[in-house]
Amino acid sequence: MESQKQVLERLRGAFRSGVTRPVQFRLTQLKAMMSLFEDNEKLILEAMHKDLAKPKFEAVLSEIELVVNDICCTISNLQTWMQDSYVGTNLATKLDDCFVRREPLGVVLIIGAWNYPLQLIMSPLIGAIAAGNCAILKPSEISQATEKLLAELIPKYLSQKCYAVICGGAEETKTLLENRFDHIFYTGSQSVARCILQAAAVHLTPVTLELGGKCPCLIYGRLDMKAAAKRLVWAKFFNAGQSCVAPDYVLCTAETREMLLPFIKEALESFYGSEPQQSPDMGRIVTDRHWNRLVEMLKKSEGKVVIGGESVKEAKYIAPTVVVDVTESDALMQEEIFGPILPILTIKSLDEGINFMNEREKPLALYAFSDESQVIATVLERTSSGGFCSNDGIAHMTLPGLPFGGVGASGMGNYHGRWSFETFSHKRGCMLRGWGLERVNVLRYPPYTESNLSWLRWATTAKTKGWASCSLM
Amino acid sequence: MSREQLAVQQARKAFLTGGSKPLEYRIKQLKNLNRFITERATDITNALRKDLYKSENATQMFEIIGLEGEINLAVSNLTEWAAPRPVNKTLLTISDEVFIQPEPLGVVLIIGAWNYPIAVTLQPLVGAIAAGNAAVVKPSEVSSHTAKVMELLSLYLDPEMYQVVTGGVPETQELLKQRFDHIFYTGNSTVGKLVMEAAARHLTPVTLELGGKSPCYIDKNCDIRIACRRITWGKYINCGQTCIAPDYILCESSIQDKVINEIQKCIQEFYTKDPKTFADYGRIINQRHFKRIMALLEGSTVVIGGDSDESECYIAPTVLRDVASGSKVMQEEIFGPILPIITVNGLNEAIQFINEREKPLALYVFSSSSKVIKRMISETSSGALLANDCLVHFTISDLPFGGVGNSGTGRYHGKYSFDQLSHLRSCLIKKLNMEGVNQMRYPPHTTEKLRWARVFLLKQVNLARWRQIAQVAMLAALAAFVMKRFLR
Repeated sequence: MESQKQVLERLRGAFRSGVTRPVQFRLTQLKAMMSLFEDNEKLILEAMHKDLAKPKFEAVLSEIELVVNDICCTISNLQTWMQDSYVGTNLATKLDDCFVRREPLGVVLIIGAWNYPLQLIMSPLIGAIAAGNCAILKPSEISQATEKLLAELIPKYLSQKCYAVICGGAEETKTLLENRFDHIFYTGSQSVARCILQAAAVHLTPVTLELGGKCPCLIYGRLDMKAAAKRLVWAKFFNAGQSCVAPDYVLCTAETREMLLPFIKEALESFYGSEPQQSPDMGRIVTDRHWNRLVEMLKKSEGKVVIGGESVKEAKYIAPTVVVDVTESDALMQEEIFGPILPILTIKSLDEGINFMNEREKPLALYAFSDESQVIATVLERTSSGGFCSNDGIAHMTLPGLPFGGVGASGMGNYHGRWSFETFSHKRGCMLRGWGLERVNVLRYPPYTESNLSWLRWATTAKTKGWASCSLM
Repeated sequence: MSREQLAVQQARKAFLTGGSKPLEYRIKQLKNLNRFITERATDITNALRKDLYKSENATQMFEIIGLEGEINLAVSNLTEWAAPRPVNKTLLTISDEVFIQPEPLGVVLIIGAWNYPIAVTLQPLVGAIAAGNAAVVKPSEVSSHTAKVMELLSLYLDPEMYQVVTGGVPETQELLKQRFDHIFYTGNSTVGKLVMEAAARHLTPVTLELGGKSPCYIDKNCDIRIACRRITWGKYINCGQTCIAPDYILCESSIQDKVINEIQKCIQEFYTKDPKTFADYGRIINQRHFKRIMALLEGSTVVIGGDSDESECYIAPTVLRDVASGSKVMQEEIFGPILPIITVNGLNEAIQFINEREKPLALYVFSSSSKVIKRMISETSSGALLANDCLVHFTISDLPFGGVGNSGTGRYHGKYSFDQLSHLRSCLIKKLNMEGVNQMRYPPHTTEKLRWARVFLLKQVNLARWRQIAQVAMLAALAAFVMKRFLR
């Protein structure tokens, strides 16, 4: 069995040989990735079920379709994305070619998480491959069935020279991080992220951190309660609340809460029936340890459980639960919940809600529900977050045109669609000058004179708006 | 509370008032920055003369023009840069608003360098202001006179929102203990690692503009005279103390003598026979660096220059020939007026030599053959690449300026500065109507629903493509009509 260092050496050698650069190679690998999904849907769904009791629908949509969609988008657009983008020049450099070239970085490390174990490894991998890099994948050891599946399928479908899977726990990951990579992509918690950043600093390695936090959901003003409740419930209890962009807690007035609760109950019944534990569409908590954490949190809470609250240890089941009269010092408000428990905090005004959110770390997603567009605009204007979605949850992260990532404590960098390609590329500024017009260059050579200076100033003044400039989108 | 803690606290307080959000405020501050440069021109010029022996014209050329250009660009384009950026939608979100909203990050720390103290400290500040942030500016203490002048910024910019903190290593360390929303550092890799490590504690993103040894390959097929003019110019500006100066030359031994002759001619033309007495030739920043650079000469053959005067921190424009890759001068970034020439057997060996080393901030290739240039581009990597000249890519604000690998992370200039110091927030604005469409995603899940969801939920719609197809179809119909009607 190869050691970590040997794997890294091998991949570095492959990268140096230039094999990952031609667009044909990248497209072949991406198509192979597509086949991996098409050929193994059954095995994938089984692994999802073992790890998280993920309902088939959720697994298909969030682990297969989302990724396959991204692969398709990447395959269709890769050649365009890879093209050099030409930029405007000033008068002194008019006859020159100036362009930005996207280049691969080298060997990248992708560390996955357990809640969407396939998506969170494969989605970044699309970008790494598309950008021409080699990659080492480190799936989460917590979602064991998926880890095993990845270790088996990746070498079967993708080039073994260029992509490898390394399995292991905290110790193995720590050792892996001692090596030098050209980019590290990590999805997970803030505490581990700090260690990763520190390890990256040793080698000046750039990182992308997809973290989490408590995603607030402000419900305010005039609104269609029934529709809002359905969307809120769907987003919250998808994957049993174990989504980094799940609405963590709700802020609303007491009035709104009274009107909302019956609709939440109704939505839950219509989704999962009167016995959610019996519904094949209700997920489970990933491990006993995580289950314990959630049950403890609920026990310590001083709020009132108005819906759900039941839990079954052997099944790692927690019922969809709603808790009201929760204050900011409550046990449910001290850390990201990451489970099917929804606290509702009451506010008296929109300002209070906005201030509450702003006093806390910037979340990965921020949600606002209202039929009043002024309310939505105010929340958007006065808060910050990785992403923002009004009148729905999670949906914004399914659009490959939108960069998916955090800010502040919720992360740095972003991906999805073209953003993945850009994340794993180096944007190299290139300027090809001609040999002519050396006479013009005389203006810049010593001895420096006033008159030369004013000519130079004129010739290099920034051009007016309207010239083509290279922007990301 | 330390002075540094207070500065950060004040900046954060100012930021939280929301004062820097309105575009009018940002534009006003940028215009005030412009005023600082014009009204304090004499102070700035004097300071740079004292710090680096920069002549007035050199100051204008290499510190001021670029900065003014960046300010003007930001002022003219701010409305566009700060506006919501629309994005492609999916079938299901076709009636929703989908866009990216640039937002300020918060409080940005800018740590400047000493070699172009005005340019590399204030150009990032332009980006910070434009993006709506507050900032704490820490000019390099090594260029001490210029640092003193930068304290005058508080007379021009909002002093609460933009704080200038001067000091040395202990003050910088104290600053780095505080929490920022972005740290922008220009300097060397060693300190760069420390900055990144400090940032890690607070999960703060960083931009590191570092350095390295920027190679310069001269192909035997090129106009060697012109190449040497441009290289000489690029190398000895600011006495070689430029992060993108051509550090060393790679060329075939058959042209080495010609290269040396041409460079010698240029040095005389640009800096006269006695550069020491010439106003437009600079000095080494301090004795420590002087000693460091002189020590690099050990073991190599000086073929031009080599003389020095420690009392003035003067080192003549120097060229070394037949330098060995293991020699002292090849072990670190020179950052001084010493130009080693290493001979290689052609392009293959040059590329190999470059790739065996850390990715540099800039890579220069001089050749009349586009094949050679293409190969250099595709077989190496670097922050930037410039063919047939030195340094000038720095002036193109549409080119991203930054390193890769050891030469840095992140990029700036022009709109890149704005984007680098902003958060690009994804926004999806939906309404609560059309709830019927959502039915397919809600449990209980059925095979039927799944089938619909697979088709509709995630497929991206390329509106532009549809429009194109529609246009082509219309044109085809029109053509058919015309042909039928008129070409009987």
